[in-house]
Amino acid sequence: MRRTKTPAAIGILAALGLLLFLLPLAGLIIRAPWNQALGELADPTTTTALGLSIFCSLTATGIALVLGIPLAVILARTRGTLRNILRALTTLPMVLPPVVGGVALLLAFGRRGLVGSLLNQAFGIQIPFTTAAAVMAETFVAMPFLVIAVEAGMRSLDHRYEEAARSLGAGYWRVFTRVTLPLLRPAIFSGAVLCWARALGEFGATITFAGNFPGRTQTVPIAVYLALETKPEAAITLSLILLVVSVAILVGMRDRWLGAL
Amino acid sequence: MIKTAATLGAMILVAACSPTAATSTGPARTTLTVFAAASLQPAFDNIGQKLQGTNNIVMTFSYAGTQTLTTQLTQGAPGDVFASADVAHMATIESGGLIRGQSAVFAHNRLEIAVANGNPKGIHTLADLGRSGLVVVLADPSVPAGKYAQQALAKAKVTVHAASLEQQVTGVLSKVALGEADAGIVYVSDIVTSGQVGGVAIPDAQNVIADYPIAVLKGTQNLTGATAFVDLVLSTEGQTILRAAGFEGV
Repeated sequence: MRRTKTPAAIGILAALGLLLFLLPLAGLIIRAPWNQALGELADPTTTTALGLSIFCSLTATGIALVLGIPLAVILARTRGTLRNILRALTTLPMVLPPVVGGVALLLAFGRRGLVGSLLNQAFGIQIPFTTAAAVMAETFVAMPFLVIAVEAGMRSLDHRYEEAARSLGAGYWRVFTRVTLPLLRPAIFSGAVLCWARALGEFGATITFAGNFPGRTQTVPIAVYLALETKPEAAITLSLILLVVSVAILVGMRDRWLGAL
Repeated sequence: MIKTAATLGAMILVAACSPTAATSTGPARTTLTVFAAASLQPAFDNIGQKLQGTNNIVMTFSYAGTQTLTTQLTQGAPGDVFASADVAHMATIESGGLIRGQSAVFAHNRLEIAVANGNPKGIHTLADLGRSGLVVVLADPSVPAGKYAQQALAKAKVTVHAASLEQQVTGVLSKVALGEADAGIVYVSDIVTSGQVGGVAIPDAQNVIADYPIAVLKGTQNLTGATAFVDLVLSTEGQTILRAAGFEGV
């Protein structure tokens, strides 16, 4: 088949689009105080925020795996109106402004919230302003990425393998853990990576629901936002760290797994 | 290699854009953008409406923590007037050569403890904020209200384990109003205008008086409007509105 020539206009618009991505990155790299970067890395504010970010985002991804895979299984097996409703609910956090998500979390799990007030009265548990709140906010915002990826994987699955296993006498759980999950591995992996990356970058829902306190709820994006107003060099360095992490993930995973997306 | 290409791209884009930016001299604008500390919102909304009614000016307010506004202005955000919740941030803007003429202090504010209506936790002094089991929220020390709160707590020799350090004083207020925090340190004006929280006065010996300066920004596209707004804030009418909103006049 002969390739038709792409019009110049398409190329120009594509280049402009690419520049929109490239220039901010270039800005970060060019303006970075490289000589101070190592010093900032050793700054307790930076290390504390980085440690907290890694902990929260990994925990959020873990919770998303435990709750999100079953949700994706159910989504992939339902049809019609129910499926549309479930899908809309699941993807809502992806389109909701994160700050709105944070407000909603407060109204549900805050001290006076729907569930939060019960937790507070029955067990004296208060979620807002805790690391648990930061993890919940990240899970809320990031889990849809995992669910969507795994659901897509479920739908494109060749169900004959499962049927074959079942015909050989395997029960539901055996088929699920030995056949379905291994077949879904690429989808789960790419979904988990996207989910983790989104959780790592979470800002709006976290600051609204969990507040800001170093070592407890001040994750890297919040530290960046705060530092920008007091120590811009620290903000740029922290941004660079997140950038390096993100690029490393993309480069490391793209060929093997994300190509499936 | 990529870096060089990116730099080149940036240069081309800047070169392509700058002529258009330089030639944009339209007719005199009737819009006015005021960058104001978050605590000023109730009073300035009111003053803005007065000006809008008499001078056919479309007012736009950008309310945020003073430190946020200062960053935005030093990064080149376009505005006509800046009203700060402390003298220090105004000084930053002033030393950056960003204001026109001189800044003038137009109001004072005091700190007060915000509690739930009816004060169910029985908070009566700053010392009470140090009690364990109490959820206390403060503004971050980079925010003027947070800096003042630290000063007041130091004067009262109280150590508070804050649950959160908010980005603007209104964040503290909303956490108390929502019932997520038992107490927070805010301005008297915040409590006067909120109506959703109770206030516990802080004695003068421990209190801090905040000075609010205002200035016309150098980059203003509407000097007449900007001057009119500053004059109105400093006028008897403006001062009355500020007092009604819980500020102290000058």
